[in-house]
Amino acid sequence: MANITVNPTRMELTRLKGKLRTAQRGHKLLKDKRDELMKQFLDTVREVRALRAEVEEELMTVHKSFTVASALMSSEALEQALLYPKQSVELTMTCQNIMSVNVPVYHFQTKTKSDADIYPYGFAATSGELDTAVDALGKVFQKMLKLAEIEKSAQLMAEEIEKTRRRVNALEYVMIPNTQEAIRYISMKLDENDRSTTTRLMKVKDMLLAQAIEEQRQRDEKLLEAYSAKDSAPQQV
Amino acid sequence: MATTYRIAVIGDWESVMGFRALGLDTYPVTSVDEAREKVKELAKTDCAVIYLTEQLARDMDDVISRYKDELRPAIILIPGREGSLGIGKNNIQRAIERAVGADIL
Repeated sequence: MANITVNPTRMELTRLKGKLRTAQRGHKLLKDKRDELMKQFLDTVREVRALRAEVEEELMTVHKSFTVASALMSSEALEQALLYPKQSVELTMTCQNIMSVNVPVYHFQTKTKSDADIYPYGFAATSGELDTAVDALGKVFQKMLKLAEIEKSAQLMAEEIEKTRRRVNALEYVMIPNTQEAIRYISMKLDENDRSTTTRLMKVKDMLLAQAIEEQRQRDEKLLEAYSAKDSAPQQV
Repeated sequence: MATTYRIAVIGDWESVMGFRALGLDTYPVTSVDEAREKVKELAKTDCAVIYLTEQLARDMDDVISRYKDELRPAIILIPGREGSLGIGKNNIQRAIERAVGADIL
């Protein structure tokens, strides 16, 4: 890779090796996190789809009942009947932690205890269809709350999975290969330096040796000359 | 954590009136802009769940996606009186695509 600008030193090499180890461990952990999140997410999503279909269907029935009720009563009377609710809902929310994603858990409490006691109007002035509608709505509401909980969880988990997936990919395809490349570059550079040092030493040794041989040769020659000058006896054999 | 939150329902009057009987906060609105304002307003208060009719949600994607990644409020689409438009189902599909990168279910 052309864009690495690292100092080919041993210190840098150690640092990069540490970095690579951390990156690899992080990559493994994040991958595990992603897989587990994905598993949970898919479970949740399946649940959401089933529940949503159910809720939508039931709500349509409720809407139909209301339509019938509003056909049987004047809209003023209907509005008046529903104007002041008897029931009130208190919602408390706690957080559950699924693989570091905070998902909401709703608990709700109604003011009136009994389910049969939710009609905020007298029965005399209203039609029976309205009772049916309100009753059905009361039933579907439990499911709607559950739907809210899991659908929100699914959304939050989708976001987290996306983030984790990006991180995993960044580590896998950018961070780790780049670091490995840099490590390879440095170790090659260091090896190259080693080799050049060795060669230089060999060269120097050769030169010293040649010099020593030369000196020895000259000394030998000198001795030979001196020897032959002293007694010239065997001039020629 | 013992704070109590409210549940709001936003939609046209016919769709939301029933929820009033259950003690939820209903906000009948007539236009998308009104609903948009209402959602923003409710998000600032102690509102944990907002049920919104699909008829309105169709034209206010911007507001919905803004709150998508926050813990509160949860904006949940419900079919209005005119019937389901399949936006709620589509949103699940989109969440899957976002998470997995492809539509796998």
